[in-house]
Amino acid sequence: MTEMYVLRVNGEEHAVADAWLGESLLFVLRERLGFAGAKSGCEQGECGSCSVLVDGTLVCACLVLSAAAVGTEITTVEGLQPKERGEVSDVQRAFVETGAVQCGFCTPGLIMAVHALLDREPAPDDLAVREAISGNLCRCTGYGRILEAVDVAASARRGAGA
Amino acid sequence: MSVDVDTRVAGGIGQRAIRPDGIAKVRGEFSFAGDLWADGMLWGQALRSPHPSARIRSIDIGPALAITGVHAVLTADDVPLNRYGLEHRDQPVLADDIVRYTGEPVAVVAAEHPDTARRACAAIVVDYEILDPVVDPERSVDAPLLHPEGNVFRDLVIRRGDPDTRGPVVVEGTYEIGMQDQAFMGPEAGLASPADDGGVDLVVSTQWLHNDRDQVAECLGMPPELVRLTLGGVGGAFGAREDVSLHIHACLLAVRTGRPVKIVYSRAESFLGHVHRHPARIWMRHSAQPDGEIVSFESRILLDGGAYRSSSYHVTANAACFAAGPYRVPNAYVHATAVRTNNPPCGAMRGFGVVQSCFAHEGQMDRLADACGIDPVELRLRNALAPGDELLTGQRIEGALPVAEVIRACAALPLPAPAPDDVLARPGGAGRTADVGDVRRGVGFAVGFKNLMYAEGYMDGSVARCRIDAGVVTISCAAAEVGQGFVTLVQQIARTVLGVEDVIVAPADTAIASAGSTSASRQTMMSGGAVEKACRAARAELEARARGGAGDDHLDVAALTADSPVDVTDEYHHRLTHPLDADGQGDAHVSFACAAHRAVVDVDPELGLVRVVHLATAQDVGRVLNPLQVTGQIEGGIAQGVGLAVMEELIVEDGRVRNASFTDYLIPTALDAPTVEATLIEEAEPGAPFGAKGVGEPPTISSTPAIVAAIRAASGAACTRVPVRPRDIVR
Repeated sequence: MTEMYVLRVNGEEHAVADAWLGESLLFVLRERLGFAGAKSGCEQGECGSCSVLVDGTLVCACLVLSAAAVGTEITTVEGLQPKERGEVSDVQRAFVETGAVQCGFCTPGLIMAVHALLDREPAPDDLAVREAISGNLCRCTGYGRILEAVDVAASARRGAGA
Repeated sequence: MSVDVDTRVAGGIGQRAIRPDGIAKVRGEFSFAGDLWADGMLWGQALRSPHPSARIRSIDIGPALAITGVHAVLTADDVPLNRYGLEHRDQPVLADDIVRYTGEPVAVVAAEHPDTARRACAAIVVDYEILDPVVDPERSVDAPLLHPEGNVFRDLVIRRGDPDTRGPVVVEGTYEIGMQDQAFMGPEAGLASPADDGGVDLVVSTQWLHNDRDQVAECLGMPPELVRLTLGGVGGAFGAREDVSLHIHACLLAVRTGRPVKIVYSRAESFLGHVHRHPARIWMRHSAQPDGEIVSFESRILLDGGAYRSSSYHVTANAACFAAGPYRVPNAYVHATAVRTNNPPCGAMRGFGVVQSCFAHEGQMDRLADACGIDPVELRLRNALAPGDELLTGQRIEGALPVAEVIRACAALPLPAPAPDDVLARPGGAGRTADVGDVRRGVGFAVGFKNLMYAEGYMDGSVARCRIDAGVVTISCAAAEVGQGFVTLVQQIARTVLGVEDVIVAPADTAIASAGSTSASRQTMMSGGAVEKACRAARAELEARARGGAGDDHLDVAALTADSPVDVTDEYHHRLTHPLDADGQGDAHVSFACAAHRAVVDVDPELGLVRVVHLATAQDVGRVLNPLQVTGQIEGGIAQGVGLAVMEELIVEDGRVRNASFTDYLIPTALDAPTVEATLIEEAEPGAPFGAKGVGEPPTISSTPAIVAAIRAASGAACTRVPVRPRDIVR
């Protein structure tokens, strides 16, 4: 069963044509619309590598039926940053500079999770950060540099707002 | 030679240089192998055996071929040479008459949509005659042959001194290590494309392009030059990408269909489609003088290698050679065996055989300390190996090995504060909250050491090319970047040697000669060495062009390469090693690295719940080339040690993996990972480029026994098996 529908991704509308309606949002973003920043790590909502925002809420794109996301505002990692090549958000910059990136497969999902966290809670303590990113598995870093990156980004935001 | 922090150019050796691929990775623009796409691309999918042992009576691919959108269905008959293997070709690309483990590939399909490929696999009719599997490694040696090459991958004995000598204090124990999975985040993926010259181009996530290339070419019946591999973005490896996975399947399908074929494993398939850490059963007996000085050591090590050999032969040697740990042992008898069973194949994982031994020998050291009435740290110091001492194999330690130094430095690190009053910080977390009054804190200590680089006479080397054209420096090397940061190191070395800040790291492929495997903590030395040599040769050429002018730091690289490029290729080799003799004696290893770990855990002994609070570590690193990356390796390696200690085990029942998912195979989350306090012990390794040692494996080796020692201290339970389960604590 196929049908044409429209997804709104990073502020722009994208038509999805001739697609099987059973496809996940993750599959459609990656394989049909070319938003490969969301990664497919487990396809059952355990690893968080595919984290995106749907109407501002952090979700695993692998668990969302693509056709059910019609009419929502979807934000992927590609929509976080300025469009200019090489430009990055504060969280992205902190990840690079603190050594929070190794293989990088979990990184886009973690970037989304940390943006979602800092947007709702500008000054999270250590356990709050750990809880907020506990749905994003990382196998390389042991999370130490990631926690450091979150701290750096949060401190910089507080400094900028003071 | 060793150097201090180079500050002449930004991002040189010793500095906190950042990854060249970091920006692309945080922007989601870095291309992993699973992100590849090509015009007209088909999706490949393997059908895998549901049985651990069976004879294939027949395969009917007709129903699969009849499905619209299916372009090819291949079985063993379609494979020109149906044998592959990392070190030894004993494994069929597609099962011919026998399947030997659950998950063994039987057929592969190419289709226009991945779900079509999956449906086609389900439509293939395989008639199996189910056989009795051998799943108990203790019974394998006497079982009927599971493979024409027999059931024993290696049987190794080490004899040193007089193993019958006994000291007055004797401790013995039996230890078990469960099957751990590398569980990298980016599942296996690759894209194979047929080429106009009749060959095939494969972009794939791997640890060793050239070994893969040779196996693909053999199985396809092609000369190696017609099979070209390029490294796709690798989402972690940890040993699991040393063996071929989808490589040959994708190439066979591409050649057959004449179209590009992409294969990406699901998480479940990834758990079945790569080797795991060998489960082990290890008996040890130590004897010592009353003051704790070790007199004799005996050990029996049994490793379950699963259905095919992979790297079992060398894992056995590592488990045996380092079985006693970094301690002086004058008399020893070690018997290590790796056997074939109908369990999933086991092979390389970070720590490579030593993780298993270290869990056992560190349990023994604590028992010995207890029996002698000596502090566990003091007992380890009294027996600590040092340069000039001999290993169990009789090899004299020539390089740096600061065992006593790492022990002292680790023990001196401050202990953490009591846990905060927050349910998230209690054993079991918010969901299974322990009663505060029941929680006991324990502290445990462990030490480990391991060889760096390949061993037993392997002729190892790496090749790198340095090209400077109009001032633009490009370094080529086939070393696989798997996340560890070799690409950063390439830039740091080139900057320091050439005095140029901008360095391009070319994609890794088989157009250049082999760099060997990204494993055995070897790329910093081997490929780092090759890059250094190539850059030094290029610098010599630049200096010659400048007519040997003095003031080396002021070479005008752009002007000197404006008319004609400098282009040099060089290679690095370590000193020769030798095989072990019939008594397990020999100069078999290149270099060693050690680390000490002190774990602090909170345990609820009534519920059997554990929270790993803190890990202090001191690690022997040679020289620090990049503090950011060394810290990342240490913290990441410790997290994998935490996993093995308290949560990670592939459950295999009757030859079937029962938890092939991240729902049921648990790896540490940010709430499970301890705070790590690391101190780095810098003693330059003679002969190694910049004096540096590989740092990836030691954090994974002794962190596990330190955590288990802390659980024993908190709970009083024996905990002779990892991962420690609630029932191992609750009595």
